[in-house]
Amino acid sequence: MAPAAPSPYPAAPADALAIERVSVRYPIRRGVFARVRGAVHAVEDVTLRLAPGETIGLAGESGCGKTTLGRAVAGLEPLAAGRIAIGDRTLSEAGRPLRRTRADRRRIQMVFQDPLAALNPRLTACDLVTEGLAEHGLLGGETREEAAARLLAEVGLGQDALWKYPFEFSGGQRQRICIARAMALRPDWVVCDEVASALDVSVQAQVINLLTDLKARHGVSYLMIGHDLGVLRHVSDRMAVMYLGRIVELGPADAVVDRPLHPYTRALLAAVPVPGGPRGTARKVLRGEPPSAANPPPGCPFHPRCPLARGECRRAMPGLAGDAGHLVACHRAGDAP
Amino acid sequence: MTAPAPVLSARDLRIVYRAPGAAAPVPVVEDVSFDLHPGRMLALVGESGCGKSVTAAALGGLLPRGMELASGRIDAAPGVLRAGRGLAYVFQDPGECLDPVFRVGRQIVEAMPPADRRHSADRLRALLVQVGFHDPDRVARSYPHQLSGGMQQRAMLAMALAGRPRILVADEPTTALDVTVQARLLRLLADLQRSGNLAVLLITHNLGVVAEVADDLLVMYAGRAVESGPVSLLSSPRHPYVEGLLRALPRLAPDAPPLEGIPGQVPALGRRPAGCPFHPRCPLARPGCATAVPHPTRGPAGHTVACHVRAFPSPSESTP
Ligand SMILES: Nc1ncnc2c1ncn2[C@@H]1O[C@H](COP(=O)(O)OP(=O)(O)OP(=O)(O)O)[C@@H](O)[C@H]1O
Ligand SMILES: Nc1ncnc2c1ncn2[C@@H]1O[C@H](COP(=O)(O)OP(=O)(O)OP(=O)(O)O)[C@@H](O)[C@H]1O
Ligand code: SF4
Ligand SMILES: [Mg+2]
Ligand SMILES: [Mg+2]
Repeated sequence: MAPAAPSPYPAAPADALAIERVSVRYPIRRGVFARVRGAVHAVEDVTLRLAPGETIGLAGESGCGKTTLGRAVAGLEPLAAGRIAIGDRTLSEAGRPLRRTRADRRRIQMVFQDPLAALNPRLTACDLVTEGLAEHGLLGGETREEAAARLLAEVGLGQDALWKYPFEFSGGQRQRICIARAMALRPDWVVCDEVASALDVSVQAQVINLLTDLKARHGVSYLMIGHDLGVLRHVSDRMAVMYLGRIVELGPADAVVDRPLHPYTRALLAAVPVPGGPRGTARKVLRGEPPSAANPPPGCPFHPRCPLARGECRRAMPGLAGDAGHLVACHRAGDAP
Repeated sequence: MTAPAPVLSARDLRIVYRAPGAAAPVPVVEDVSFDLHPGRMLALVGESGCGKSVTAAALGGLLPRGMELASGRIDAAPGVLRAGRGLAYVFQDPGECLDPVFRVGRQIVEAMPPADRRHSADRLRALLVQVGFHDPDRVARSYPHQLSGGMQQRAMLAMALAGRPRILVADEPTTALDVTVQARLLRLLADLQRSGNLAVLLITHNLGVVAEVADDLLVMYAGRAVESGPVSLLSSPRHPYVEGLLRALPRLAPDAPPLEGIPGQVPALGRRPAGCPFHPRCPLARPGCATAVPHPTRGPAGHTVACHVRAFPSPSESTP
């Protein structure tokens, strides 16, 4: 573990961030009176512990609830069930208003998937990356300009970026400003929502190396949302795979990629494109439609598309179980693939 | 190759940017040429900030404020160069495309040509299903912020296709998508391209995607085209930058070496070096690289490369 960060930053935490049986739902409103007619079950019964300095990669189909889970961790969505805590300190709890102090908010940062929406168009890059530092009184002797120049350099942007506005940057450059802004506060946990996907490979390598370096030096812990399993494996200690709001597989990153247990994880891995691989979209693609989160099927959420499904899969929800820290929610996990 | 006439051809594009209050404009894109053919997909690849989105915007006359096409020509078949109809865009940022105050379904219907509007409800469902939605009705009724990142990207693609375009410019259309949805969208694009004779300009940084669906490839670096040709050139790239890109790819393999970035940084706008734009980072650079700009040289099968060291021999020297 890294030594305590120099002042003015507080010491690294000793406690894990615990996500306990968390559900998040969005009401569906319809009709003239906008009555609630149901709910999108964006996150269902998710339990995850993020130890200090640990990186968990979170993968899964578009719309399966990854961003929603990240937002809940960052305190941006109320919980329909469960709680989120650091040690014995509760941060979010179903049915109660958030109780996060300013210090709690500094400790958990989020880098958003859509950088343009996350950046105030009227602020320059200098203001954007140092806004939080000034607010939390963390400038520590540096001027805002000095701090901004240093932070932007860490993500590969030069001095001339300082006085530009968000619209003057390319997509990947905006993403890096968002990363610099979150990292400025020296958080203990960072939710990174598809940070690498807007970046081309060489900048991607640079940003990923920066994130891993911060982790080594300051013990930062990441919830790394992504869909590039190569990148995720590279940066993660453990990997979680979500399907329709639930975690269906969780384990050491190498084990999940090399010995996937859930049929959905296997399908994801079979669909990875490789340069020099088959042409003409010949890779194996999952059959069937991803089901609707507004109307999840009974039993295992994956059964309508699963090649192994049988009777009990249509009736009973499989629980997460397994050994050596490699867990899977599948009735047929023990059977040969 | 028996390529049909291009539906759009861009020659020697030079795009400059004049910052508010700045004395002289700085070049953003220089010396970029390419053709878009019906039924073919051209992939535009390059480091963040190298000018891909700006090049694409120039085709539809959508350059951001302060930027202009200083020289070069964009020729297209009649009626094509009208953004929204002949030429449709899927932008990199959903916010540039989707209006937050209208429901997604309404926005897609508005992009339809008059003939399709008579049965707009059916067409709307069909489009949403095509881009991989299982619950088209919920999506159509949603406002953009009620959709996940990848769902927004697919909604934008449905909107672009609603106009039955002849050219589709898709700027990073699959970045937020997991591999299974990505594969199905790429397959959809490939189908439309072949059956509907659509020409596609795909901007992406994912070389795996490029190798899989694109026919042709154009690699840019700091505003210039450094290598182009059929996608198969990825198995024998000539430009040292393209070689570096391939080495920086994260692999799934268990024995994957640590990620190798390309050392150094992309030069900022207005700070681009003289000579070859890549020379400060290039492992092969020779003294001449710092002074003279390498221009594209032609090799077999439409392969071009702009590099002093790796240039194709000029036709007079080459073997018959
Ligand atoms: N509206 C604008 N005003 C001023 N400069 C801009 C504007 N849009 C882009 N630029 C600059 O022009 C250059 C090229 O930008 P462009 O958006 O084409 O990059 P890109 O290749 O698409 O990168 P990315 O992969 O990060 O999206 C960048 O240096 C960027 O900072
Ligand atoms: N504000 C909202 N109101 C209603 N529904 C929402 C809202 N935000 C998200 N949803 C729905 O919740 C589900 C999960 O969305 P989420 O953004 O968490 O997905 P995701 O896993 O991040 O997907 P992607 O990979 O495409 O970004 C989706 O069905 C989405 O439509
Ligand atoms: S529980 Fe059944 S349906 Fe679900 S993934 Fe396992 S085998 Fe397939
Ligand atoms: Mg998301
Ligand atoms: Mg771009």
